[in-house]
Amino acid sequence: MATESRPRVRVPKTAARGEIVEVKALISHEMESGQRKDSQGNIIPRKIINRFEARYNGELVFAMDLHPAISANPYIAFKLKVDEPGELEFKWVDDDGSVYTDKAKIDVKG
Amino acid sequence: MAKRVLAVLAVAAVAAAGASVPAGAEEQWPAPGYQSVQPQPGNPLPELVSGYWFRTVEVRALQDDDFENPGFLWVERGAELWNTKAGEAGKSCADCHGAAEESMKGVGASYPKWNAELGKPVNLEMRINLCRERNQKAEPWKWESDELLAMTTYVKYQSRGMPMKIDISGPMQEWWERGKEAYYKRRGQLGMSCAHCHETYWGHKLRADTLSQGHINGFPTYRLKWQKIGSLHRRFRGCEEDIRANSSPYGDDEYLALEVYLSWRGEGLPIETPSVRQ
Repeated sequence: MATESRPRVRVPKTAARGEIVEVKALISHEMESGQRKDSQGNIIPRKIINRFEARYNGELVFAMDLHPAISANPYIAFKLKVDEPGELEFKWVDDDGSVYTDKAKIDVKG
Repeated sequence: MAKRVLAVLAVAAVAAAGASVPAGAEEQWPAPGYQSVQPQPGNPLPELVSGYWFRTVEVRALQDDDFENPGFLWVERGAELWNTKAGEAGKSCADCHGAAEESMKGVGASYPKWNAELGKPVNLEMRINLCRERNQKAEPWKWESDELLAMTTYVKYQSRGMPMKIDISGPMQEWWERGKEAYYKRRGQLGMSCAHCHETYWGHKLRADTLSQGHINGFPTYRLKWQKIGSLHRRFRGCEEDIRANSSPYGDDEYLALEVYLSWRGEGLPIETPSVRQ
């Protein structure tokens, strides 16, 4: 949605020690490419999420740079090996400097 | 010699890749395992098939997973708006209607409905704005604004899985007739009616796309081309532009009549809001 960005993440609540789990993250964002023009012919300034990072207990486990070709509401999924219980922290960085964050805990059984 | 071995390996690799192409990549109709509904008497379609089954396996997977389905961003926004006080009356939707999961169950599946006061049918978008104006004493939302889309999606979502069924008795009959006329009316520079694509040639290819039966059970729908959720009337406008016709404004009477007719035409199909289409 154009007005505000809201993250959604899906992470399993529990995992076996050493298990590889799938982490999914979605954020609402218009991802304005900077290549479009408005009805007056003026370029609509670029406004995209340019960086995504995920940290597990403070350690960087996944990061990616995003570019203008990525569609609106980017959906990112990656695999994570869970060796210990902890907290995943997600961070999306916007062109305008805003940072959107979300968190999810994973408990380890056994 | 080494080169020849490599070449043979390369051929083998291509063959293996060919065999593992996912089923949806060919995007053929009929889709394996598709489901259909028996139409009402008088319906010209032999069976009713949701637009879902004309899409690729990948697009269907996106719709099926409530997390991956980007339409849920609007469902969530709608849920927030439902509980937000608005207007001079300072009331939220929830103040009168309670939990939407209870009060709005099945409501979205039965619109458009006759509104005696206005002397015409109202669709869900219009009904929501009537409530805003009369009961909340708030400004109506603009058509296709994020707020109106979110609220419409949220209300319609409460009927997900329930069959579409509208009442076309009494004064609605006239609107049904009008909608039917609009459906079969040739329009635009290409001189095509809705029926040319969606009644005669559904299941056939139109360039790289497979034509659907043009049902409306998934609206508002998240369209990958739009990169957001959009209303049925936006789709109507797009269809008219595609056949080089002049499109009408949102909420136009002809679109409303068409919505009445299409709701009848797809009667029995389950509501899929928020659906995902390409």
